[in-house]
Amino acid sequence: MINTSEILQTVRMITEEKLDIRTITMGISLYECCHPDKDALYRRVYDRIAKQAEHLVKTGEDLEREFGIPIVNKRISVTPASLVAASCGDPIVVARAMDAAAKETGVNYIGGYTALVQKGMTASDRALIASLPEALSTTERVCSSVNVASTRAGIDMDAVRLCGEAIKDIAEATKDTDASGCMKLVVFANAVEDNPFMAGAFHGPGEGDCCINVGISGPGVVKHALEKEAQDQPFDVVAETIKKTAFKITRVGQLIAREASARLGVPFGIVDLSLAPTPAMGDSVAHILEEMGLEVCGCHGTTAALALLNDAVKKGGVMASSHVGGLSGAFIPVSEDIGMINAAARGALSLEKLEAMTCVCSVGLDMIAVPGHTSASTIAAIIADEAAIGMVNHKTTAVRIIPAPGKDVGDEVEFGGLFGRAPIMRVSPYSAEKFIARGGRIPAPLQSLKN
Amino acid sequence: MEKKNTAVVTVVGRDTIGIIARVSAALSHHEANILDISQTVLTDMFNMIMIVDISLSRFVDLAAELEALGSELGLQIRIQRSEIFDAMHKI
Repeated sequence: MINTSEILQTVRMITEEKLDIRTITMGISLYECCHPDKDALYRRVYDRIAKQAEHLVKTGEDLEREFGIPIVNKRISVTPASLVAASCGDPIVVARAMDAAAKETGVNYIGGYTALVQKGMTASDRALIASLPEALSTTERVCSSVNVASTRAGIDMDAVRLCGEAIKDIAEATKDTDASGCMKLVVFANAVEDNPFMAGAFHGPGEGDCCINVGISGPGVVKHALEKEAQDQPFDVVAETIKKTAFKITRVGQLIAREASARLGVPFGIVDLSLAPTPAMGDSVAHILEEMGLEVCGCHGTTAALALLNDAVKKGGVMASSHVGGLSGAFIPVSEDIGMINAAARGALSLEKLEAMTCVCSVGLDMIAVPGHTSASTIAAIIADEAAIGMVNHKTTAVRIIPAPGKDVGDEVEFGGLFGRAPIMRVSPYSAEKFIARGGRIPAPLQSLKN
Repeated sequence: MEKKNTAVVTVVGRDTIGIIARVSAALSHHEANILDISQTVLTDMFNMIMIVDISLSRFVDLAAELEALGSELGLQIRIQRSEIFDAMHKI
């Protein structure tokens, strides 16, 4: 029998320390929907998603009620749309069907308007990237991603250039809402096929028909545990405390994943061991780093603190779940983390420091607002730098960047809700235009002689 | 882990007369059987934990009645399936 203090600890984690399940994401394969005719393709995609995910939201709500833990998001990821639309040639049809099906099933986002182009682009991949401004400005819930690099294939610099241009065009197409369309596009290196988190979720080509992936959360719980058990203690104690806490959080994720999978009659995929912050007070990854003794996130020492946190979360979580996958690591989205927002606003956190931090954690330069006049080639160069870090270090990296129209350093962009707000960050004023204009591929790196 | 049909009820708030009676009445109304109960009062703050068998209850209705009772008495009353506590604290 569990004892009283353990019961009260669990209740406190949920009620006071913002422990929640960040997302239950149903991955759905759309291969069976391929059709050369646009109308038939639309109907097939819509029917497939709407039928498979019919009970997803209701089941999530039942679980919330019965286990007494908030499940913040219920979402869907699908097969990369460029594959599904290849025979029809018009990927936007898939975007519209995804959006309509998301509304029908009641999920807040649906991911998978995706192209995997790390080695090269098909006509369908090119069409999808070209359609991004229209797709992300005319649909509401569709999220998109493009994988432009991998450790095995190198970096597709043509795709990097196209993504830089697409991001500028999306910003222009959604300028009335501070370039909100850019929040729905992630440019990846080494993208994972079972990521449950938006905007980068898609149901990879190697996945089965359907599965349930769960993303956990709980920065507040980790920070509270450090305050209580590791005040002024050496790092060994800090790491142990984080591991124990991550274990508990992940066990809840595993429980919810197993229950959701059983109730929906869909196989369990993975639990994603990520610390996902929100802009709410007490739900910040930056504050965990500050709890370790940094005056403000972004000062020297931040990369080391983040490396410890990221590793300890994984070590604690791995034993708590039968299948771990997805991105699995601490997230550092600037606009979605109150500690990061404050650090950036004070000028303590720069783009360069964030880039260094992405070497040791999941997932990359995430939710970063830059001046509206930032050129497409500079954005492409930022993507190339981040992709290089992922490619060389065998890890997933990503860029989700918002060139906010009409805004400059000193201004702020307000996205609202879970997306939070972002101070505009300074980018280098020097040009990478000739570098980006070269095109071609950066070869895959050597896998030995690693020093 | 085998499927259990137990839930944990936690009640926290300012102490008043009849809290246990009212909560127990709500539980019995929904045919939930109390298996274990622990209660403390520290400086007027009432803390109670009950383990209940809900095999015969409809969870949704029971949870709704407890929630209504909580707001009536000005207390925090929660009911959660016990698996979440097992998952977190048992290996």
